[in-house]
Amino acid sequence: MAEFLSYFRQDRLPHIWCPGCGNGTVTGALVRAIDKLGIDKNNIVMVSGIGCSSRSVGYLDFDTLHTTHGRAIAFATGVKLARPRLKVIVITGDGDSAAIGGNHFIHAARRNIDITTIIINNDTYGMTSGQASPMTPHGMLGTTAPYGNVEYNFDLCELAKAAGATYVARATTYHYVLLEELISKAIMHKGFSVVEALSQCPTYFGRKNKIGGPVETLNWIKDQTINVKAAAALPPEKREGKILIGELHNVEKPEFTQQYLEVIAKVQRANPTYARNKGVPGCELNSD
Amino acid sequence: MAEKAKLMQGNEACTMAAIAAGLEFFAGYPITPSTEIAEMCAEELPKVGGKFIQMEDEIGSISACIGASLTGAKAMTATSGPGFSLMQEAIGYASLCEIPVVIINVQRVGPSTGMPTSPAQGDLMQARWGTHGDHPVIALVPGNVKECYELTFRAFELSEKYRVPVIVLSDEVIGHMREKVVLPDPANYKIPVRAMPASPAGYKPYAADPNGGVPLMAPFGMGYRWHCTGLFHDENGAPSSKPEVASTLMRRLEHKVGSRAEELADYFAEGLDDCELAVVSFGSSAMAALSAVRRARSEGHKVGMLRLKTVWPFPTKTVRGLLSSAKKIIVPEMNLGQLALEVERAAGCDRPVIRLGKVNGELFHPDEVFAAIKEAL
Repeated sequence: MAEFLSYFRQDRLPHIWCPGCGNGTVTGALVRAIDKLGIDKNNIVMVSGIGCSSRSVGYLDFDTLHTTHGRAIAFATGVKLARPRLKVIVITGDGDSAAIGGNHFIHAARRNIDITTIIINNDTYGMTSGQASPMTPHGMLGTTAPYGNVEYNFDLCELAKAAGATYVARATTYHYVLLEELISKAIMHKGFSVVEALSQCPTYFGRKNKIGGPVETLNWIKDQTINVKAAAALPPEKREGKILIGELHNVEKPEFTQQYLEVIAKVQRANPTYARNKGVPGCELNSD
Repeated sequence: MAEKAKLMQGNEACTMAAIAAGLEFFAGYPITPSTEIAEMCAEELPKVGGKFIQMEDEIGSISACIGASLTGAKAMTATSGPGFSLMQEAIGYASLCEIPVVIINVQRVGPSTGMPTSPAQGDLMQARWGTHGDHPVIALVPGNVKECYELTFRAFELSEKYRVPVIVLSDEVIGHMREKVVLPDPANYKIPVRAMPASPAGYKPYAADPNGGVPLMAPFGMGYRWHCTGLFHDENGAPSSKPEVASTLMRRLEHKVGSRAEELADYFAEGLDDCELAVVSFGSSAMAALSAVRRARSEGHKVGMLRLKTVWPFPTKTVRGLLSSAKKIIVPEMNLGQLALEVERAAGCDRPVIRLGKVNGELFHPDEVFAAIKEAL
């Protein structure tokens, strides 16, 4: 326990999350994964956007960057490319990553930049009190979908995979052991890795949809999922409508920042005598 | 190595100055008329071990620059009107979180897509007030290719020193014009260096003199483990919505740049001491204006010229002093009176400030300014 707490800025606690929220479970899984991997705290940068889930970085004792809405991955891209030696981990929500930040998400995947993105997907915008998100299932309720959501949600893992992510996995806050294991593997993966953590928002999503409190909402999530290994043995009709959890995609592909470092090495070899353009303000112009 | 003359474009001068100032990271998105800066960074930065990335949009570009700057890298982006509009939220973030970043805005005609290949100066107010909330920002306006070099270098010095986003407000003419520039002797140049805290022990990321002080910035990845947030924060970087914390932060930020307005003033002045009529301009409009002022002088009229290089923070007292003898003021600018508003404020309401605005995508001709001078005399 003491070990675990050492990863937190204890003076910033208690957190702002509601009782029964899944954000703490995911944050706990992340911290335990880092602890087990034995990565030096000083070599990790945690980046988040805006929303309930993005508040997690403020409680963690790393270099932490709480950015603007949707832009966490773009900020993280700057951190990683400027200092490729750092481990860069993004914590984001479904609204933050799939709506306003969707473009940065798919382009980071396309580049295969070595960033681990953990998406805490609670099917709703919790911070602004329960509006429909791009992950709200069809037909479900939100304050901006009072008659049922007429839109369809993404399959974020399929989206990440199609966009070029090289490690994609999904777990839930119910399947804690799996979640921690997948986060650990994602962090050690060289390339753009995504872990979608299905999580409960009892306060808004659970209540609005009359699912119940934290336990009922957690069970509602659990009941929709099936492990990808178990699913492989089932006939298609038994898999119908189920959400796959587990490691969904894991391939090797050259990583962006490493390739860029190779470009630098190549360019510098070709220009061995290149001197930086040197100058100070105050240089004189010959003509008027 | 001695000084070396080179024929170069304004955009090229901006890039060379940035690299000379130690640019380590550029993120950008193609947009006319700034694209040459991105292209040149893509080619030149790897040679000095720097990084270039073409982002998916301008929001991503400035966000990546801020991320890079947090690791200690000098970072820059370049854009034009539409992209500059998209960057505004992140400019506010850099301003509040006090993260150095340089933004070159090669202005074109707007609003909207406007006239992408024609010059304008319509982003003056956006450079100051484009993001929501009160915030500090510095903006510099080059008037020729040489100044693209000088002021971009200066932008890095100021950005690093005051931990503030610095905007270089170039325009299509200045950016694409080619002039002969003498690059300075490398022995004389001093790369701006960001002040660093001594050690992580007891580090408070936002501890500074409340009267406009600049806190020391620790780069990410060096063991300081601090929290950077766009929420209002206390000196420890912890989010806070306490009124006294908010007020202290906002007033310190305002003071940090606002109280240095006169110290940061940079301008070109000619014939203002005894002038009856002053022409105040900036950027490419000032080229035609200076030519017209000199012509009027040669005809015996007491006309003076003031060309502002620092526009934000606006050096109100300096401008008021320089214009003290003028009974009338003409402000030629490629917009409908944005600089004139500030000049009116500085000059006071007891003398006319004549707005000579132009928004048709054409550069001023000296004859137009000369005609306005003759009419006003």
